Amino acid sequence: MNRVEVKAGDLSRHRDYAFGPTTPGWWGVIGFILIEATAFVLAIGAYYYLLANEARWPPRGVPPPLLWGTVFMLIGLASELPNAWIKKRAQALDLRAVQFGLGVMTVLGIAMLVVRALEFGSLNVHWTSHAYGSIVWALLVLHTFHTLTDVADSVVLWVFTLVHTVDGRKFSDVADNAFYWHFIVWSWVVLYVVVYWTPRWL
Amino acid sequence: MNTPARLRAWLFTGAVLALAACDGPQSALLPRAEQAEAIDRVWRVMLWTCTALYIVVLLALAYAMLRRRADRRREGIASDPLLRKTLAAWVVVIVAFLTAFVALSYAEDRRIRGGEPDLEVRITAKQWWWQVEYLDADPSRQFTTANELHLPRDRTARIELRAGDVIHSYWVPALGGKEDLIPGRTNAVWVTPRENGTWRGQCAEFCGLQHAHMALDVFVHDVGFFERWRDTQLYPARLPETATARRGKAVFEQHACATCHTVRGTTAGGRLGPDLTHFASRRHLAAGLLPVESPHLLAWIEDPQRLKPGAQMPAVPLAPQDLLAVNEYLLGLR
Amino acid sequence: MTRYDDAARRRHLAELERVWADPPGLRGWLTTVDHKRVARRYIVTALVFFVLAGVLALAMRTQLAVPENTVLGPDLYNQVFSMHGSVMMFLFAVPVMEAVAIYMVPLMVGARNIAFPRLNAFSYWVYLFGGLLIFAAFALNIGPEAGWTGYTPLSGPDFSPGKRTDFWAQMITFTEVAALAVAVELVATIMIMRAPGMTLARMPLFVWSMLVTSLMVIFAMPAVMLSSTFLITDRLIGTQFYNPAEGGDHLLWQHLFWFFGHPEVYIIFMPALGMISAIVETYCRRPVFGYTPMVLALVATGFLSFGLWVHHMFATGLPPMGNSFYTAASMLIAVPSGIQVFCWIATIATGKPRLEVPLLFVLGFFALFVLGGMTGVMVASVPLDLQVHDTYFVVAHFHYVLIGGAVFPLFGALYMWFPKIAGRLLDDRLGRWQFWLLFIGFNVTFFPMHYLGLIGMPRRVYTYPTGLGWDTWNLLSSAGAYLVALGALLFVVNVARALRRPADAPDDPWGGPDLSWATSSPPPAYEFAHVHEVRTRTPLWAGPDGEPQLELPVLHGLRTDRREALLTTPIDAVPECRWAMPDPSIWPLLAALSLTVAFVWSIFDPWGVVWGSIPVGVALIVWFWPKKSEPSLQATE
Repeated sequence: MNRVEVKAGDLSRHRDYAFGPTTPGWWGVIGFILIEATAFVLAIGAYYYLLANEARWPPRGVPPPLLWGTVFMLIGLASELPNAWIKKRAQALDLRAVQFGLGVMTVLGIAMLVVRALEFGSLNVHWTSHAYGSIVWALLVLHTFHTLTDVADSVVLWVFTLVHTVDGRKFSDVADNAFYWHFIVWSWVVLYVVVYWTPRWL
Repeated sequence: MNTPARLRAWLFTGAVLALAACDGPQSALLPRAEQAEAIDRVWRVMLWTCTALYIVVLLALAYAMLRRRADRRREGIASDPLLRKTLAAWVVVIVAFLTAFVALSYAEDRRIRGGEPDLEVRITAKQWWWQVEYLDADPSRQFTTANELHLPRDRTARIELRAGDVIHSYWVPALGGKEDLIPGRTNAVWVTPRENGTWRGQCAEFCGLQHAHMALDVFVHDVGFFERWRDTQLYPARLPETATARRGKAVFEQHACATCHTVRGTTAGGRLGPDLTHFASRRHLAAGLLPVESPHLLAWIEDPQRLKPGAQMPAVPLAPQDLLAVNEYLLGLR
Repeated sequence: MTRYDDAARRRHLAELERVWADPPGLRGWLTTVDHKRVARRYIVTALVFFVLAGVLALAMRTQLAVPENTVLGPDLYNQVFSMHGSVMMFLFAVPVMEAVAIYMVPLMVGARNIAFPRLNAFSYWVYLFGGLLIFAAFALNIGPEAGWTGYTPLSGPDFSPGKRTDFWAQMITFTEVAALAVAVELVATIMIMRAPGMTLARMPLFVWSMLVTSLMVIFAMPAVMLSSTFLITDRLIGTQFYNPAEGGDHLLWQHLFWFFGHPEVYIIFMPALGMISAIVETYCRRPVFGYTPMVLALVATGFLSFGLWVHHMFATGLPPMGNSFYTAASMLIAVPSGIQVFCWIATIATGKPRLEVPLLFVLGFFALFVLGGMTGVMVASVPLDLQVHDTYFVVAHFHYVLIGGAVFPLFGALYMWFPKIAGRLLDDRLGRWQFWLLFIGFNVTFFPMHYLGLIGMPRRVYTYPTGLGWDTWNLLSSAGAYLVALGALLFVVNVARALRRPADAPDDPWGGPDLSWATSSPPPAYEFAHVHEVRTRTPLWAGPDGEPQLELPVLHGLRTDRREALLTTPIDAVPECRWAMPDPSIWPLLAALSLTVAFVWSIFDPWGVVWGSIPVGVALIVWFWPKKSEPSLQATE
């Protein structure tokens, strides 16, 4: 059997970059977010599962102080403005704006990591002292790990845009990076309520 | 022997083997308590229904493969509308059967839980043996034994289940289903035996090196016999009667034995190993490992690690005469 | 439509050949990002692990052949069964299905490569290193010892001292990283790299099954990563997740583990469903009956599989009402399975079945899987489960489901796709021998186990006393295990013999319906000379009776001076943009190596996570730093 291929059209006029749900990068970010969101949801489930076994929560009675967790959240929410802006400017292929925006995001990201370090220091529970301490640390470490990776990604992209020629594909990467940052910020809002307000409301 | 005769002989042997196996002391197929009977009803219904459905599916497959086809005219998708209707009917059939199964499971599941207990027993599973405590409102009527469970016929016993180290699972198939013993939790099963006899149970949750050697002997008696057994167990240990046995008692109390084992009425009060007060009245030693008989016991005391590698009991170095003495002493603890 | 001349076509192919070729020799071997090469090694590696885990099974069956046997002592036996389960689940079953998909899915959807080819290469290396690690540990007597389910506290710091469980838990981390990477690749490939015109409703059922499988991997695997990470931290840095004395809970492990563990079974089984559809369709020459119900059944199975983990925990003393809910949910999964069985049988009945070896394996699947499904309905019933849970009845059940339900279709699929992958046909007569040896051996081994469980034999015992009526059935079962081994050996012989023959398989030896048969066997590095356009669900068939479609519409215009693929829209597969695909790179291998160092380091020192992640980060940055050929040529600032 011999099959013949018959020309039915031409693709050469299509662009060679794109933004959003027809790019692998976008699906990669979506995949990563789904994986991590599942991990967060299960870890939060473990938090409430352990809570259900206890008469008092936290077992020593003292909830974690609000200060640094709240500061982290406020900076995060504030960073959504430059983040949304940078995503739009990337889609408009505006190099100057992207360079500037990534710089701002890098500074904000590092500031948040510093705040997170202070937050760990003020949790007033150690991971070895009780399952409560273990799960609180686990939630924070999980979130910190993702913040760290996205800040590192921002830094790398920032340096890249400063030293390298930037093409459509790289603008697409910048947009995906901004997309992932939404997840970092909003997953913290959920975790913040769980970690800081569950012990206060219960 | 011609072929049909030989075949018959084989079939006969097979049937005998199957039946003999069915009759084993650890079989779920011969239920001997109310709870096991409830489960058995579910089993029978599901076995026959599922077998019938299985045969239907395979017959349909055989028909699909072997049916005659008009060579020149392929049916292809022409028959799809009819198939779609059949598919809908098939789904209805499956859902109907499943609904029946769920209802049956739910109904029988309620039967095997709860009930007003006539007797309370607490079993604590440890690596790799069962501590059995008979509970009573009157503390002087409580006692502890090991690796044996005695139950009165036609009475409901509530057995509280706890674990001393890792997760184990209590399972006496002839009397009912299994239930895990989990550190930090307390579970329970209910047993209402319907026939006198001896059955065997075994740990059913992997619990480490000697998971295979963690059996439980279960005896079901008439109520009267059970009460007499219980009264005997309440007594402190018998005093040794021979000189050798007296020496055995001394050795037992002065060596490591007493740090782990209790013999009520003596200074031996260890809580780590099984209570040995009425040791010789038991059928097996080391959780079903060997019968309680002189050569086995001797070998066990001499080196438990050879018979049950990994067991918590160490080999206690004893002089040969001391060994024999302890052996005789323990065999006198009826 | 215009035909174009032969000389232009030859030039076109030569250019594609040059651009898509790997570097020669060892460098190409280490740096390749060709999904076909990666998939081939993935398949071979997974089959090697299958054989090794099978040898472990033989060792167990030898020990259990007679009562009070002493071939394996308790410590070794416990390691052997823990290895057998862990290797079969984590290093064979899931990876081999993903491996076949890595090969076939891009071909079936008509893509030039898989999405994220470098991640794909990385995934293979991580998987390989994880597998080597656990076998090295086993050889050094630090193999796992708490079963593949690793229940705490038996696997915890108090009862599993030493490093055995740490190696096991890290092996899980390795395989999960690899599996998750492949899942994301497959989702992206399926969503945006399908041939133009291949709408979601025209996707081959195997591709559908892999889409659902990949989504299940994404939602299930984080649970085991979380639970095993908690276990490692309990063991290494003193967290208290599973310590009831400090507020922890052993059932937390079981909930998390089975939230992964139950979908896991369907993650293994779901690709097999796709394989069966592909086999039935191909060898009955008729599109599978009930495409839409089939797709819905796959999706429903995927959803339901997350709602029934508690049926592994009926004996742990959970509230009875909750248990009844899980009984209903577990039994409900019989509905989509029943729908699929019906649709396949209907397809066979109204098609023209040719009893080639792959279809033979599918018939074996029916006989075994339906039985396993029936016992599955039984164990979903709470009261009945309380008797058979953790006995040989359950061992029989899940081997019927996993071997009957997944390995038989896998062998069928390997017979069907071997010519595509290796360019040679496997021997038909040897294939039939293999099938019958496996089928008979399997039943002799596992059918008696149902009975053994009912008459009281618990699983995971290294020996048993005589006098309980278990002796004969155990001996029979052990004999059957050797038959199975012989059957598996025949497959190796068949493959070895085929590989010594010249590569002469035709493009389309079976008259298949999907795009994978439209290219040569094995396909060139660039897969297809041009992008195919798809207009029906069976693009290679001219009609519903399976007549071959002789004229295939293609689209020209992808660049041939760099690796370029076409991306299409997720639902309707409308061409969206041309996309430059990455070149070969050594960095996936180096990143996997540094990740291995970090993971192994962390077993011995928690700071290994911190210091070890620095080289990983460096490797990742270099990996993603774009090279010359890759960037887009337009919109450059």
